[in-house]
Amino acid sequence: MKNYLTLFAGFLFGLGLIVSGMSNPNKVIHFLDIAAIWDPSLAFVMLGAIPVAFLGFRWIESKHKTIFNEELHLPGKNHFNADLFIGSLLFGIGWAITGFCPGPALVAFVAILNLGNGSFKATSFVLAMLVGMLIHDRIYKHLMKRR
Amino acid sequence: MSLIINWNEFTPLASLVGGVLIGIGSVLLVAAKGRILGISGIVGSLLQTNNTPQDHYRWRVYFLFGIFLSTLVGGFLSLIPKFDITSDYTTLIAGVLLVGFGTRMGSGCTSGHAVCGLARLSMRSLLATMTFMATGFLTAYVFYHFI
Repeated sequence: MKNYLTLFAGFLFGLGLIVSGMSNPNKVIHFLDIAAIWDPSLAFVMLGAIPVAFLGFRWIESKHKTIFNEELHLPGKNHFNADLFIGSLLFGIGWAITGFCPGPALVAFVAILNLGNGSFKATSFVLAMLVGMLIHDRIYKHLMKRR
Repeated sequence: MSLIINWNEFTPLASLVGGVLIGIGSVLLVAAKGRILGISGIVGSLLQTNNTPQDHYRWRVYFLFGIFLSTLVGGFLSLIPKFDITSDYTTLIAGVLLVGFGTRMGSGCTSGHAVCGLARLSMRSLLATMTFMATGFLTAYVFYHFI
């Protein structure tokens, strides 16, 4: 049951990305580029998502347990470090240049492989994203630890 | 500079509905598994090979399979755009590498920080979201108008 609900969560999330326009890199770029003819649609994604998530998280976090009475694994809210800031800064740059954040990149990858919605070249995008993640987790983090 | 709205591409309702779906997805995941719906975290954790408690991979694979199914449905309903790469390929790859690296370094992306984090009133996520939004808008301005 847990696993099927998890699967359904992924399904709704993916469908939400597609329906909202988040999975369309051009729409993302037209949202971020306010100096061109601006498309503010994607602000409505947060407007739709956050109130729903706010209520849901309040419910679960006040219970301190999942609906199956298991532990929550939620990150803290108030610890700040340089990595949080610099990482987000770099992500914003990449996001604006490409129009892809991680979720939509996955949707694009599957869509291209499955439906032929685009060149094979575009699939290298997701592979590059995974490489970027690995460079951080496997190389950068270890280099920092050694210092 | 004055704002000109692109009314032709403006889709407030679809984006709002998509946002609500994303919100429901994140509530479902925290209710079922006690986890934050954050794609960079889910994908990044799947790339780990040294850390394998029992349920480390399973729920994440179920979740991604849900996304996979959503693209099939989205494709069937012709909601998914074509992904064509028209601009400079090397720059775009560098951009996506930044997305992967930055989201892992900053412990989250648009889903984990900007939806779940803000919904939980996490100051940490607020800082991350403001940072990548700021560099996103700024980079878009510089990249699409001066480079």
